[in-house]
Amino acid sequence: MQALYAQLLVGLINGSFYALLSLGLAVIFGMLNIINFAHGALYMMGAFVAYFLLNLGGINYWWALLIAPILVGIFGMILERTMLQWLAGLDHLYGLLLTFGIALIVQGVFQNYFGSSGLPYSIPDQLKGGVNLGFMFLPIYRGWVVIFSLVVCLATWFLIEKTQLGAYLRAATENPTLVRAFGINVPRMITLTYGLGVGLAALAGVLSAPINQVRPLMGADLIIVVFAVVVIGGMGSIMGSIITGFALGVIEGLTKYFYPEASNTVVFVLMVVVLLVKPTGLTGRAA
Amino acid sequence: MAEAKLAERPVAAAGAEVLTVSDLQAWYGESHILHGINFNVRAGEVVTLLGRNGAGKTTTLKSVMGVIGKRTGSIRFDNKEIIRTTSDRIARLGIAFCPEERGIFASLDVRENLLLPPVVRPGGLPLDQIFTLFPNLKERLNSQGTKLSGGEQQMLAIARILRTGARFLMLDEPTEGLAPVIIQQIGHTIARLKSQGFTILLVEQNFRFASTVADRYYIVEHGKVIDGFANSELSANMDKLHTYLGV
Repeated sequence: MQALYAQLLVGLINGSFYALLSLGLAVIFGMLNIINFAHGALYMMGAFVAYFLLNLGGINYWWALLIAPILVGIFGMILERTMLQWLAGLDHLYGLLLTFGIALIVQGVFQNYFGSSGLPYSIPDQLKGGVNLGFMFLPIYRGWVVIFSLVVCLATWFLIEKTQLGAYLRAATENPTLVRAFGINVPRMITLTYGLGVGLAALAGVLSAPINQVRPLMGADLIIVVFAVVVIGGMGSIMGSIITGFALGVIEGLTKYFYPEASNTVVFVLMVVVLLVKPTGLTGRAA
Repeated sequence: MAEAKLAERPVAAAGAEVLTVSDLQAWYGESHILHGINFNVRAGEVVTLLGRNGAGKTTTLKSVMGVIGKRTGSIRFDNKEIIRTTSDRIARLGIAFCPEERGIFASLDVRENLLLPPVVRPGGLPLDQIFTLFPNLKERLNSQGTKLSGGEQQMLAIARILRTGARFLMLDEPTEGLAPVIIQQIGHTIARLKSQGFTILLVEQNFRFASTVADRYYIVEHGKVIDGFANSELSANMDKLHTYLGV
């Protein structure tokens, strides 16, 4: 039983990253109509910013949770202003190819300077150790990642579904021309939305640094699974991408326990099934 | 040019000119839709653009709102040239637009739809007055925007631009596809707004409806304004009008 709980925890942690990343992808897709393939590279940059802050500036993990998303978010907004905005109105394929190219360039640059092996980033002192829950031993940092990710996901959901700013976002997703004609600077809102989605990726990168080490290809490995998660969940829904993210992490964890051989492929098998049965995804709206 | 003179005609309800459109040309992609539109609207007036389908009435409103990609000529609003201004800035100058397709957002509930357009200047209608004008909306604040009936959606589309403080409203075919009793309610609303000092530029196919609210008419045909007259000159112009509109 211990092993089952341990795998469930690993599943929840992976699910946290899936949720944060697919949430950002959903937000970006909604507003910009772009399938942001650079997401994994930006997640990696978040982890590297945390690493640099600590090792070059002596700035700790807690500040990195705030600063890395802002810095990487600004980098994303520059990408949007200088490149992505020109793709508005074109087929999805263009955005996908451009962001894929950006991902390769960014990852290539980091690989050039840091190789492919991981750089260590230690767990902050306050979150070291673990607690015995009776049925299992819970490393505190891992519990923190799950809870903090959940809070961030729900806060993002609240921002988009329940606030005036979110109403602008949702309305502009449907009809940007009309929202602009009401007096809202939609191009600026699009840039900020991209910054928000990218910031979520960078935040996930900081969270993952103490668990998975900081590696130039950490995002490339993860993003393939995340895209499968997005396909399964459907692009249209914020809550859908959060739930699907966590659920698929758990399903992966369970598979690791019951049938480890399939644990790396179960998500893709589900993706194929969903594509065949409901191509818009479990919670997605028809495009 | 006959058209240029048309724009300068003296009118019955003579406030200051708030909108002056001269030689407006507009394109949708490659197709040239407006070929030199000239007209004006004075403060406090209800001016109606009449014309057949595809004459360029909607494109004219969209050009004033700044949502048409390519436009040339001159559009002056409150003595400011806005031909090159982006639509969000035009809205902030106090022009509000109610599109033909109504533009109710499906992912927003009625309350969110109503509160969506930001207040651009003081003097908008408070919510209780809006609910007096449109009591149905108050009952349905929590419904999804597109779950409303066509008439209710039209009311919501008008109601949401009354909050913003814009005093110049452009309504594109507000009666299209609606039941007579609802058309009547919209007519009352327009009359009431006019009495409160709103200036309204209306596009209508329903000439009978327009004649109950308009001060002046312009006839749009093939992307040009070809005629214009005041409501008081209506009976004298009936024959011409029938020819223009083909009714």
